[in-house]
Amino acid sequence: MKKKKLQQKLQELLALAERDRIDIREEISRLREKITGDDDPAGRAWAKVLKAREPDRPTALDLIENMADSFLELHGDRAGGDDPALVGGIGLFNGEPVTFLGHQKGRNLKGNILRNYGMAHPEGYRKAHRLARQAEKFGRPVITLIDTPGAYPGIASERRGIAEAIAANLKLFSSLKVPVLTVIFGEGGSGGALGIGVGDRIFMLENAVYSVISPEGCASILLKNSDQAPAAAGLLKLTADDLLGFGIIDGIIPEPDGGAARDHPAAAAVIKEVLLRELAELRLLSPAQLIKNRSRRLAQIGSFSEPNGFLMEAAPGKWWNRLRETIVSRLPAITSPYGEQGEKETGREE
Amino acid sequence: MTRKRTGGSLLARLQRRRTRRKASPFLIRERTLARRKHQCPFCHRHIEEGELEKNFFVCPECSHHFRLSPRERIRLLVDPDSFRETDRELTTLNPLDFPGYEEKIRRVMNITELGEAVVTGVGAIEGWEISLAVMSFQFMGGSMGSVVGEKIARAILAGVRLQLPVVVFTASGGARMQEGIFSLMQMAKTARAAGRLEEAGLPLFVVLTDPTMGGVTASFGMLGDVTLAEPGALIGFAGPRVLEGTIKEKLPDDFQRSEFLLHSGFIDRVVEREKLRSVLAFLLKAHTRPRLD
Repeated sequence: MKKKKLQQKLQELLALAERDRIDIREEISRLREKITGDDDPAGRAWAKVLKAREPDRPTALDLIENMADSFLELHGDRAGGDDPALVGGIGLFNGEPVTFLGHQKGRNLKGNILRNYGMAHPEGYRKAHRLARQAEKFGRPVITLIDTPGAYPGIASERRGIAEAIAANLKLFSSLKVPVLTVIFGEGGSGGALGIGVGDRIFMLENAVYSVISPEGCASILLKNSDQAPAAAGLLKLTADDLLGFGIIDGIIPEPDGGAARDHPAAAAVIKEVLLRELAELRLLSPAQLIKNRSRRLAQIGSFSEPNGFLMEAAPGKWWNRLRETIVSRLPAITSPYGEQGEKETGREE
Repeated sequence: MTRKRTGGSLLARLQRRRTRRKASPFLIRERTLARRKHQCPFCHRHIEEGELEKNFFVCPECSHHFRLSPRERIRLLVDPDSFRETDRELTTLNPLDFPGYEEKIRRVMNITELGEAVVTGVGAIEGWEISLAVMSFQFMGGSMGSVVGEKIARAILAGVRLQLPVVVFTASGGARMQEGIFSLMQMAKTARAAGRLEEAGLPLFVVLTDPTMGGVTASFGMLGDVTLAEPGALIGFAGPRVLEGTIKEKLPDDFQRSEFLLHSGFIDRVVEREKLRSVLAFLLKAHTRPRLD
């Protein structure tokens, strides 16, 4: 209750400042601290969720326009559709061609009806698939910008195979021969986000969230009450800080004062700076090295113990080779029906 | 627990209590029901003691395919004594410090006598060696957390390592919420493993069983070279309840069932349980390769 009042006051202040153009940053940060006190991680997480969903945050096209020298949007999945909720195209990024992909939300009701609130159908993921293959063919790095509540849960979406479309993207992006950079700049909603979210470097804006399920969904399933969403947000550990701590993302990109919603060009400028730096590093790697690193990165994510093996937490060291040893030593000798192939080659070194 | 049916004889009440206590949400409820009432819960045909076991756990009347535990599945599928289990001792941690998660896992482990929601290993079907992973809906709804993702990935990579085809039986409600982002990332991990199997030129055969939803369908579940499904299995991305929530109306009966997926082109065949072994054996035989060099 108290929090709600504070939030209301904050909104009023913001409106006033907008009207009279007074600098009230100090008051705002004080209020915000009160709303998201340090003693209340759930409240802090929930505040981030609300912030990530603010309707005047930059959309993917806003960011692309501000980051790229020029950009040409390309349409269609070449299988019967084009999805406005997931956009893509070729841009010149500091003079170099790159392929941009991103979830696109609308700015108002009309825009959101067109963009389906950034919830893509299979056509969106298949368009991303096509454009990623195209980028690979021409050696262009891929930059994906993520902001979606999730893939669209609907009858048409199911009928046209949303699961298959996402699965195909996971497989493609995890073995793409060009650098893939990913920025979660708003909501990272589960499989819908991951569908263009497998990359060599993954960044989150400071007020972005990334989770396996929405706090509302988690609350209604586990806590049996969708009003418990703020509590669920705390449990899910979905803020940029949490994910950096888990080693899932590589860095947090700071937002301008008052959040990315206040100043799109400034937000885009910081993202661009980070992406350019990382891209310069990744360009030095061969395709094989890129894929190898990406595979290793994915293989390392997990949290389990193995009593007579090794304990593995969020980000262990070099355990991959040991793992392979473990697999093989644990298995009984097998005569393969494939004849000598068993001894021949042990698969590509990766 | 509903307390609707409180009447009946003392014996009936005691029996009800016993089954109720045993029938945790993770047990195979439909079968508990069939055993208790001696009839198929779908067509209500009378079922003799042991009749289901003899008939591949399929109702002789309506051919409803009852859900299987991994042990039963493996017993029905692979050659006798050919299965060797791997990675049995992998146990999950609690990366998010999710309240009550460890206790829940321990409870489910006791009830189901399984280590996790998937059993992996190496076995043979009609003499053809395979790397096999069988998921279990009994274990926390077959949800995919770190251990499930890791075991599936290892089973697929064991195929690369040992030059074996890989067969995966799915049964899952999706990602495991209690492990948050770690669960989500298992989708990418298993998809990459499937990619490596493909690069090694080895086949991945996926059999979708009832139910397969969410992150499991949207990763290795849909990445098979040949994708089979058992009749009547619920397969999809978003669950029926979520869908009904968005469209505010009831879904058609066959929606997200195997036959529906067959018509929309996302699976290769619907195969009855008793033919599964011979179909897989055929596929394994058809995918032997001559050496390239």
